[in-house]
Amino acid sequence: MMIYVWAYIVGGLICVIGQLMFDVVKLTPGHTMSTLVVAGAIVDGLGWYEPLVEFAGAGATVPITSFGNALVHGALTELFETGWIGVISGIFKLTSAGISAAIIFSFLAALFVRPKG
Amino acid sequence: MLTGQQTWKFQREPRIISTATIVGPDEAKGPLGNSFDKCYDALEIEEKTWEKAERRLLNEATQLALSKKNLTPNDLQVYVGGDLLNQIVTNNFVARELKIPYLGVFGACSTSMESLAIVAQLVSSGAVKKGMAGASSHNCTVEKQFRYPTEYGAQKPPTAQYTVTGAGAAVVSLEGEGPAIEAATIGRVIDLGITDPFNMGGAMAPAAVDTIIAHLNDMNRSPKDYDLIVTGDLASVGHPIAIDLLKKEQVPIQSTHFDDCGLMIYNTKEQLVQAGGSGAGCSAVVTYGHLVDELNKGHLRRILVVATGALLSPITYQQGDSIPCIAHAVALKGKGVE
Repeated sequence: MMIYVWAYIVGGLICVIGQLMFDVVKLTPGHTMSTLVVAGAIVDGLGWYEPLVEFAGAGATVPITSFGNALVHGALTELFETGWIGVISGIFKLTSAGISAAIIFSFLAALFVRPKG
Repeated sequence: MLTGQQTWKFQREPRIISTATIVGPDEAKGPLGNSFDKCYDALEIEEKTWEKAERRLLNEATQLALSKKNLTPNDLQVYVGGDLLNQIVTNNFVARELKIPYLGVFGACSTSMESLAIVAQLVSSGAVKKGMAGASSHNCTVEKQFRYPTEYGAQKPPTAQYTVTGAGAAVVSLEGEGPAIEAATIGRVIDLGITDPFNMGGAMAPAAVDTIIAHLNDMNRSPKDYDLIVTGDLASVGHPIAIDLLKKEQVPIQSTHFDDCGLMIYNTKEQLVQAGGSGAGCSAVVTYGHLVDELNKGHLRRILVVATGALLSPITYQQGDSIPCIAHAVALKGKGVE
């Protein structure tokens, strides 16, 4: 039960950090997003993201920081299994589901609506 | 005739003999909804792209301004207009339909009064007999041009403004009935170093104040000589700043009614428009709709419209440059006012 509460709190705090980068530091949406991705990557490189996922579940896996975590995680896993070439091949192994989902759902959406912003 | 350093005082006063205003759904729901000639109830304006939608607004506004007085484009010798899109395409394409001599102008949101001032000068000097001024903006074209596509759903802080969907056109002639154009004050570019494109009102306020003071000095007038001094679109952030700056310069602005087109066009408390309206269409539809009506009815006798513009491009603010701003003022007076 507590994991739901922590998911809510941790996920919310990551979003608060993003909002502060937006409103206080005045970063653009693009800068905010990529900074959070890089932050997630660094945190995983230090080995702290996995414990955070165990502690807060979706609170840590849903925000964009999780993407940075997945990139580094995939690279490191493959590094240990297949050697240095794994750093390159592993990056998209863990993230491929997310990237493919984005492409497929965008395609499905574009079949029905025509974006014209 | 040049009066002072920045003001053209017209010896032969041209008149605004016809106007037309066409707006979108949010403007129709605002407090001035009844003063517009035509309101569309969807932002698409029955077109396939936002750019075509804006073009249609301006096209219909120019045609309606002419047809109200049974005029055709051939009765005009010049059309002066501008908008906020790259290469001012809306006006270029509308001028293609008009097939008359055309001067495209860009003064960001000050374009409305910039074009009116130029047409007034051309008519007064005899360069043309009749001319038309026009300006337009569309919420979805302009937000995309300067900030983000509306579908992207980017957050906007409360200091940001909401681009007006609307187009206004005015036919100017020495002969005919309508409010007289007494004088025009051409603004200087003022930049106090604000870099936030989500606070245009704050950036533009000093330019508005500079032009108001220049106008009053050149004309040897005080604010109380006007029933209304109205800024283009400073909205709820910039307008109070302008009041403070005017007080600091010891201009007795409290002796007249001092308002803002960006605040007048929406009910800013109930409509989701952040600080208020903006866009070249904002001051155009408020002036050519509501204010010209009030002058014609005699509710207002003499007014000063100070349209403000932020002269930035998306590239300049992304590179960290500050926002240069300008304001152009046009003094209008009702029938029988000396």
